[in-house]
Amino acid sequence: MGALSVSPHESNIDWRLPARGRVGMYCLICAESAIFTIFVVAYLFYIGKSLTGPKPKDVLHPPIFFTVCLLSSSLTVHTAVRSLFRGNLAAFARWWILTILLGGTFLFGTLQEWRRLIFDDGLTVSTNLFGTTYYSLVGLHAFHVTMGLVALSTVVVFYFAGRLRREHAERLEVLSMYWHFVDAVWIVVFTVVYAVGV
Amino acid sequence: MHSNISEVSELPAAPPPFTLRLHHWVTTVDHKRLGVLYVLYALVFLVVGGIEASIMRLQLIRPHNDFVSPQVFNRMFTMHGTTMIFFMAMPMLFGFANYLVPLMVGARDMAFPRLNAFSFWMTALGGLLLYFSFLGGNGLYGAGGAPDVGWFAYAPLTAKTFSVGHSTDFWILSLLVSGIGSIGFAINTIATILCMRCPGMTMGKMPLFAWMNLVMAGLVILAVSPLSAAQIMLLIDRYLGGHFFDTQAGGSAVIWMHFFWVFGHPEVYVLVLPAFGFASEIIPVFSRKAIFGYSVMVMATVAIGFISMSVWAHHMFTVGMSPGANTFFVISTMAIAVPTGIKIFNWLATMWGGKIHLAAPMLFCIAFLFQFLIAGLTGITLAAAPFDWQLGNSYYVVAHFHYVIVGGIVFTIFGAFYYWFPKVTGKMYHETLAKLHFWLFLIGFHLTFDFMHVPGLLGMPRRIYTYEPGRGWDLWNLIVTIGVFFQAAGILAFVANLVWSWLRGKVAGNDPWDAWTLEWSTSSPPPVYNYAVVPTVLSRRPLWDLKHPEDPDWRYE
Repeated sequence: MGALSVSPHESNIDWRLPARGRVGMYCLICAESAIFTIFVVAYLFYIGKSLTGPKPKDVLHPPIFFTVCLLSSSLTVHTAVRSLFRGNLAAFARWWILTILLGGTFLFGTLQEWRRLIFDDGLTVSTNLFGTTYYSLVGLHAFHVTMGLVALSTVVVFYFAGRLRREHAERLEVLSMYWHFVDAVWIVVFTVVYAVGV
Repeated sequence: MHSNISEVSELPAAPPPFTLRLHHWVTTVDHKRLGVLYVLYALVFLVVGGIEASIMRLQLIRPHNDFVSPQVFNRMFTMHGTTMIFFMAMPMLFGFANYLVPLMVGARDMAFPRLNAFSFWMTALGGLLLYFSFLGGNGLYGAGGAPDVGWFAYAPLTAKTFSVGHSTDFWILSLLVSGIGSIGFAINTIATILCMRCPGMTMGKMPLFAWMNLVMAGLVILAVSPLSAAQIMLLIDRYLGGHFFDTQAGGSAVIWMHFFWVFGHPEVYVLVLPAFGFASEIIPVFSRKAIFGYSVMVMATVAIGFISMSVWAHHMFTVGMSPGANTFFVISTMAIAVPTGIKIFNWLATMWGGKIHLAAPMLFCIAFLFQFLIAGLTGITLAAAPFDWQLGNSYYVVAHFHYVIVGGIVFTIFGAFYYWFPKVTGKMYHETLAKLHFWLFLIGFHLTFDFMHVPGLLGMPRRIYTYEPGRGWDLWNLIVTIGVFFQAAGILAFVANLVWSWLRGKVAGNDPWDAWTLEWSTSSPPPVYNYAVVPTVLSRRPLWDLKHPEDPDWRYE
């Protein structure tokens, strides 16, 4: 054993590697993208193949307001992390909680839409292929929003416990990458479900 | 009084009580212990899957045999396939990667040690779920209801109508859960290789084993995720009344095939790339030469990674696709033979003119070279769609992919076991017993899988539980089953060797093979912290540089 100094110039090596948190999150995002790709492919493949109604164009209304909420939460989470990098904890908390509220509003929107579809239009997972693919794809996304909200809320708990410090900024930046991904996926889901599919 | 004290101090330190040691193993986040856990877990399933295969072969030893019922036969081929892919091959290769990659890149541990433990235990839970189906598959109706839908579980067999009870649900859940473990492992491996390398180890100086595991981890991320997605859809179909694969409601059974094989074919390369990694480490050391064409090997590995994502539908030629799709998948499948062929020539060129040392690890790698070549050649025959229309779903296909998985992957796994056994345990294995294992397994392998091609060519379909006499299949099936006994004897020698050497083997020393990668510079077994001082490397063979300061590699690379 002992020192393994294989090089006479070892001290001269300038050695920088990518941060493991970012690389790990990029990998997770790739894996999640692959999962979403399969669900999107299934949705596209089954457009117009339902044997019975209701049809998408009869019951779907694009949730513009809630989409704006979710997409703007990307800006607020970014601003929150920037504030933490500058050491401004109060500003961080403001923007971070605003992000949670915006994400929560979006989730409420999905809930409302599902309520209306189930009770007013009689569309469930088992009604037809549209129901199966719609609830699966939108539900998969809503599940990811929920997971994101749980993670974001955990940070708020740490903040109010006084445990959050400036040096956590890089970790929260990794978490914000996940949130940006959830937002970006919504653009795809929105396009597929409310634009291509109707 | 004095004598008492001196007596006490002379006693060797008592080993901690069993419960404490067990607790350490269960709660460990050390990549080496988790690697050992992965490998032991996989060894158990190697034996279990082997028993299932033996039951099938005993049933097929002669026509009209009634060793097991058709129902049990269906369960056996389903469980054998699922077990060997998900709970033998993958955990085995993940275990080796877990143990070796951090050591090879000079790191303290994996990038995320707790994620590593989580991934292992998810994989372990997956295996338990699958085997719990033997007890819980039929719910209260009675025991003995393992899944019987085949390892690729084509729709509509998996629909509620045709798969009553819970056996298929256990199959789905076990793959979903172990899939989460696999993806966690893959994320960890990529982060470790990209972010934890020791100073000086640029990407171009990494051991090839690390390169091939990097590409393998990328494939796991891109291939296992679609499988998880498809399993979620199947759960929605079975539990929420969805129609993804329900043809009665306009759904498609063929789209399940696409989703499954989008996972299923890259999966082959998930398994074979680490096997290539073993060969790329073992062959140079036992030929006493540096690997031939390092950069070409890396390029070929990356090329295989890319092409393997676009060949999946060659599993579906017999389903009936458009001529355009058939042509595309024929060409892409044949194209993947090019980078694979490059690798075989590189290994041969490494051996050429080398001072070949025929110890057990090298024997297994040489057998791998021949067998993998033949597996590739029968692969090219099956890649030709018209030929596949004739032989798809026959024993020719079964023989082909067992040639890849047993002849290619399992042989290099055995080689890797013997090569790294001294590092992991600190003890040297028994060479004569290892050679006995090699020859028994080699003879058994060739008896079984060479002759299995013939009934396939004569039209014997896979997955039949018995057959009529007088079709020319009888003799071949007898020979195939006889081979199983040789393979089983080989496995017995292998396990005996592992246990005997672990208990009684000679102390191996840090570097018994006079090898060149970093793991051989630390003690055997390595300490928890791996390296007392973070190593610095300047070439692909850091230990060569250390041993030959007058002629180091970094002058030429």
